Amino acid sequence: MAKKMHKVNVVTVGVGWTGGIVAAELTKAGFTVVGLERGPEKTRKDYMHTHDEIKYDLRGEIEHNLTKDTFTVRNTLKEDAVPIRDKSNSRIGTGNGGGGSHWGAQTHRYYPYDFEIKTKTIEKYGKNKIPKNMTIQDWGITYDELEPYYDKFEKMAGISGEPDPNYPDRSNPYPNPPLKKAEGMRMFHEVTKKLGYKPFTIPAGTVSQKYTNPDGETLNACQYCAFCGYNACEYGAKADPVVTVIPTAQKTGKFEIRNHAEVRRVLYKGKKATGVIYKDTRTGEEFEQPADLVVLTSYVFSNVRLLLLSEIGKVYDPVSGKGVIGKNFTDHHLVSGVRGYFKNKKFNNYAATGAFGEAITDFTGDLFDHTDLDFIHGGQIELRITGDTPISSNFVPSGTPSWGKEFKKQSLYYFNRNLMLFSQKAVMPFKEHYLDLDPTYKDDWGDPLLRITWDYSDNDKRIHEFINGKCKEIMTEMGADIVDENPMPGHYTGYLAFQHNGGGAIMGANPEISAVNNYLQMWEMDNLFVCGASAFPHFGVTNPTTTVGALTYRATEGMIKYLKDGGGQLVQVEKEAQLI
Amino acid sequence: MSDEEKKESDKVDQSRRNFIKNSGLTIGGLVLGGVAGGLIGSNSATTKSQTTTKPVKSHETKEFTEAMQFFSRKEDFDTLAAATECIFPEDENGPGAIALRAPYYIDKQLASPWGRNVNDYRKRPFKDGQTPLNRGEIFLQGIRKLDEEGEKKFQKSFRELEEAEQIEILQDFESGKVKLEYVTSAEFFAMLRQSTLEGVYCDPLYGGNKNMDGWKMKEYPGAQMSYANVIESKEFVKIEPMSLSDHF
Ligand SMILES: Cc1cc2nc3c(=O)[nH]c(=O)nc-3n(C[C@H](O)[C@H](O)[C@H](O)COP(=O)(O)OP(=O)(O)OC[C@H]3O[C@@H](n4cnc5c(N)ncnc54)[C@H](O)[C@@H]3O)c2cc1C
Ligand code: SF4
Repeated sequence: MAKKMHKVNVVTVGVGWTGGIVAAELTKAGFTVVGLERGPEKTRKDYMHTHDEIKYDLRGEIEHNLTKDTFTVRNTLKEDAVPIRDKSNSRIGTGNGGGGSHWGAQTHRYYPYDFEIKTKTIEKYGKNKIPKNMTIQDWGITYDELEPYYDKFEKMAGISGEPDPNYPDRSNPYPNPPLKKAEGMRMFHEVTKKLGYKPFTIPAGTVSQKYTNPDGETLNACQYCAFCGYNACEYGAKADPVVTVIPTAQKTGKFEIRNHAEVRRVLYKGKKATGVIYKDTRTGEEFEQPADLVVLTSYVFSNVRLLLLSEIGKVYDPVSGKGVIGKNFTDHHLVSGVRGYFKNKKFNNYAATGAFGEAITDFTGDLFDHTDLDFIHGGQIELRITGDTPISSNFVPSGTPSWGKEFKKQSLYYFNRNLMLFSQKAVMPFKEHYLDLDPTYKDDWGDPLLRITWDYSDNDKRIHEFINGKCKEIMTEMGADIVDENPMPGHYTGYLAFQHNGGGAIMGANPEISAVNNYLQMWEMDNLFVCGASAFPHFGVTNPTTTVGALTYRATEGMIKYLKDGGGQLVQVEKEAQLI
Repeated sequence: MSDEEKKESDKVDQSRRNFIKNSGLTIGGLVLGGVAGGLIGSNSATTKSQTTTKPVKSHETKEFTEAMQFFSRKEDFDTLAAATECIFPEDENGPGAIALRAPYYIDKQLASPWGRNVNDYRKRPFKDGQTPLNRGEIFLQGIRKLDEEGEKKFQKSFRELEEAEQIEILQDFESGKVKLEYVTSAEFFAMLRQSTLEGVYCDPLYGGNKNMDGWKMKEYPGAQMSYANVIESKEFVKIEPMSLSDHF
């Protein structure tokens, strides 16, 4: 029998970005919150000595071990899935802060087009523009409705940036000025401007100056130390739940984090969640945590797996397209772009921040005409300086051997003589791309693992080709002597590089086609909220967390209203349902 | 944050600030000290690199950490060393894998949790070519196969062959031509190549990248605390490398 704990107002599953935001907002509003976190405690004291490529970049020291569980992957419905076994292929957060302790902190917003993608695409190009199996749908919210919450996330995280000229007007400027520009960024800026595009410095949560956020948490100025993306920041200069929302929640005295607490089931009676069951990962002892409100904040995979294991919501069927849990899964890890080699110019490639660069968004969304193009949406192009580390950065012009004398010579020569154009692209959902439970592989407790069925689509391949063409043009114009393209891989192999997955418990305007409403509240269970990119009906061009954060801030308003008003659905189902 | 935690975090910030000051840099990005040279712990002495397949001990100090943790047969270690040197040979740019102590690095890593796949998912069944072997087992099998192939093709163990012959055998492994049990030779080769580069360029704390010579060849500054003062520079700024032992 599980040991029963004292009832609280809110229990969150996981204490990363979304869990931290929920804890901060709900405790500030006077409610008690318990955060159950499968991983260890983390504080800034654990962040010293992180300038270590082996320990952090390659071995993923502060990331989730696959010892107890993992994911299985297949490309099509007909195949058996196999597990991702090697930890280095699954870079997913654990412990206080979750992925937010070792993120790159690139923080764009999504576009108005993203939230109304189906309506706007049909409006402009007609129904036939959308391929038969592409399951895009509107998000049940507009950009304008979400804008104040983007602003709130950006202020909490001290985002440093300048407006993207292609975005609608902002209600407020970024809270901090943009990061400094390195030589490569200046070159990109000049060339793209000349080509008629609209360059701007990438907005980032690695803050450009000392900053105190509205909750009173202080971030220090970024040192451009480059051990950023897979590393926690030694200086307290990167927005991270551990230095922002978690201390905000803790200082209310109403927030308790329980570490080594892995949630296995959401408990419910009829249509009401009553709490969760979790295990102490060290002893296997089982506990029940009762709560008025259960909030899943455990990242896409755990969010969806917990719904499936708890048998909440209609399971998605990839053959009929009916059901919602598991639907519209997307993977956003494929990076297009080019690398340019400069015979006679050296760059300080060792210096950077997690998301250091200059970008253009002229080929994203519907900002360019798709009439004669056989894909929808697009990609962002950025000159990105990642802070090249010596083991992972051995770039050589194509045709060079990958080891031996010539390799050594060229890899040494070009280490500081190359620049990269990097493109993240929007990923559209398809009927047969989804998440469910694996029939074979289990975790340490005997529960089935989550199974990913996904592959690259023609839409992905066509954006890749289109964007690489633009990248080549820009890099050549920047003066590179040799320009090599990132190849398009044949199939998806299940490399989860930086927590860029979406879908599985998507939001929308009605329960036929979505799992949660625009407050991330389950249609089927009023006191269960599911926060994270699991709510994304498709993946926009850029990184997810700004949009995840904005949606979660908005969801907390819904949670507070729910607790104060004594329950109920926060959103009325749209009568004119947009059915697929 | 409680007052207690606030104090703690201020202490942490203070210690980082002192560090940056000691390194000749400040938090605000103002340059206090010189960028090139002058940083604490920088070490401009280079070791004379060696071409033999046997790692040579430095003259000045005895390296007590240079012995075998993982391997039990010295011949396996020597064959590994010869293979790493083919992948990253000594040349006019500087030392190769052996002089940089990549074989010792690999030995230590194979003895670590990584070598036993402790953090990986290891539950059966292993299907579709997924290997049930751990990294240590793959290395041992691959290395002994290198010797076997040497005997078969050139009647000598791999470590005794001429460089051109060694390269020929490694190419066979790389292209997956050689048959191994429960793993492909291409997979073994990819691990060997990656581990060699790790041993050449890791922080010296791991037993490779001797004297930070790998970093020096690459003009990589290592574990610096701040680049706030070089980030906007139009020109390349060469900085003497610093290792994690300087952060201690
Ligand atoms: C290397 C890297 C780079 C990234 N760079 C960027 C970037 O530049 N820009 C950007 O927007 N995003 C980036 N991301 C993604 C970003 O980290 C995530 O979008 C963000 O952390 C998601 O917030 P979350 O709350 O959904 O998940 P997380 O922050 O990961 O938190 C989830 C928490 O839940 C816990 N948990 C999971 N399952 C259970 C369970 N069953 N029981 C108890 N606890 C559980 C986990 O341990 C974890 O702590 C990056 C991620 C990585 C790994
Ligand atoms: S680059 Fe800036 S934010 Fe990132 S770890 Fe270094 S100092 Fe921190």
